Amino acid sequence: MARMKFLCDADRCIECNACVTACKNENEVPWGINRRRVVTIDDGKPGERSVSMACMHCTDAPCAAVCPVNCFYTTADGVVLHSKDLCIGCGYCFYACPFGAPQYPRVGNFGSRGKMDKCTYCTGGPEADNSAIQYEKYGANRLAQGKLPMCAEMCSTKSLLAGDGDIIAEIYKDRVAKRGYGSGAWGWQTAYRETVAT
Amino acid sequence: MAMAHARIRLIVAAIGFLIVAALAAAPAAAQQPNSVNPTASAVKEQQLLQQNYRIQGLGSIPDVKSYVIEQPMGRTWRLFHEVWLHWFGAIILLGVIAVLLVFYLVRGVIRIEGGRSGRMIPRFNSLERVTHWMTAVSFVILGVTGLNITFGKDLLLPLIGPDAFSRWSIMAKYAHNYSSFPFVLGVVVIFVMWVKEAIFTAVDIRWFIEGGGMFGHKHPAAWKLNGGQKVQFWSAVLGTIGVAGSGLFLLFPFYFTDIYGMQIAQMIHALIAMLFVGLIFAHIYIGSLGIEGGFEGMASGEVDLNWAKQHHSLWLEQELGQGRAAAPPAGATTRPAS
Repeated sequence: MARMKFLCDADRCIECNACVTACKNENEVPWGINRRRVVTIDDGKPGERSVSMACMHCTDAPCAAVCPVNCFYTTADGVVLHSKDLCIGCGYCFYACPFGAPQYPRVGNFGSRGKMDKCTYCTGGPEADNSAIQYEKYGANRLAQGKLPMCAEMCSTKSLLAGDGDIIAEIYKDRVAKRGYGSGAWGWQTAYRETVAT
Repeated sequence: MAMAHARIRLIVAAIGFLIVAALAAAPAAAQQPNSVNPTASAVKEQQLLQQNYRIQGLGSIPDVKSYVIEQPMGRTWRLFHEVWLHWFGAIILLGVIAVLLVFYLVRGVIRIEGGRSGRMIPRFNSLERVTHWMTAVSFVILGVTGLNITFGKDLLLPLIGPDAFSRWSIMAKYAHNYSSFPFVLGVVVIFVMWVKEAIFTAVDIRWFIEGGGMFGHKHPAAWKLNGGQKVQFWSAVLGTIGVAGSGLFLLFPFYFTDIYGMQIAQMIHALIAMLFVGLIFAHIYIGSLGIEGGFEGMASGEVDLNWAKQHHSLWLEQELGQGRAAAPPAGATTRPAS
């Protein structure tokens, strides 16, 4: 069984934000919700690196652990999803998430949070696959069609890799060996408790 | 002459060819990975995590908190909320209940010495009582809905199922947020009303030494609030400052602070709240079951004279001296009813 992961090659990312645009378009993400974002470290200095970050679909997901209503579940492919019907918008998953993936629409007074929304690895949610209601709530379900997430498919430099963890780790390793440098698989130690040996 | 020119052209062409060949070969040599390593001057993930407990950069969207791409501190917070807080809360809450149960079984209800005299004296006016009950009801709502976040999925969810539990938890979240306002207002009014009565004096030292009348059978003197009630007062006021202050951060997430600050705020809120609920368990016990004649002071506003003589003798003297109630019939308070 495949174990789906993301790997962003920080040495290839050119901060074009194609992944962000692709995600927003494919999933009809409302304004103000940022499922995927590109962050640049040491902007303008030598050694500037950009990383595309969304939900990493962690092993032993901390978001799932802290949810007061247990609205999360992990699919057989290792994709971490949640139910917007059960979600109460408490915001705890954001406090626990090492990557800042959960997003909340502003629905009420104070800082009232609506139902949590996050990267679904283009896998939808608990409703029937590829149904209209699933698309409305969670966005596209590409995995059920045998496709990979749109962000990785649209990456202009193929820095954002998505797919089975072993396969993309292998691709990254080959890349690093061939070109002679690599800053590592960002976030893998925190998300999957493993690194890509290069 | 033409022969010499042809030879020079040949040599020039040969040299030119060699130069071009050398240039073409040079890039192939540069493809060997022994030249500049672009990653050398770049930051490394582990290095960044060691320097600051998180990795933060610059993004291009207005959501500033999204510029943090990795904060492993979230894992520690998860451990706090799922493990340490559960233990802390269980020990405090079940511990207080156990202590109260043992106290009740050993000491029993603290009865009015000499029985009721049947004569009443006003103790708490309408404002005091309304404020107290508004605060009390708000606290119960806050406590139950707050404990639901920590313990609900372990205790209640298996009983009523995920859909009902989710609907209840959504209402609980709003009830918690809205009830916080009357609660804080109530505590502010309580502070203003009773702060003068709540200052500790030498009378209270005596009161504590004599076990507050709860341990042993002494009847230490007290003014309107005895030593234990003053402890309750200050604990409640400080506790409210703690939960309301941290609660304000939680009510307006990321308005005042970043992810680290939010996690700290939640931890403070949860820890103080657990202690506060434990305190109120004891307060409810002593104010209802634990002391005969105590509850009516806050319910109807009046208390029995014998109760007042036993528990708040100095306050009773002051009230009688100001003519707030008729003095008890001579001898009625010292001899048991027969």
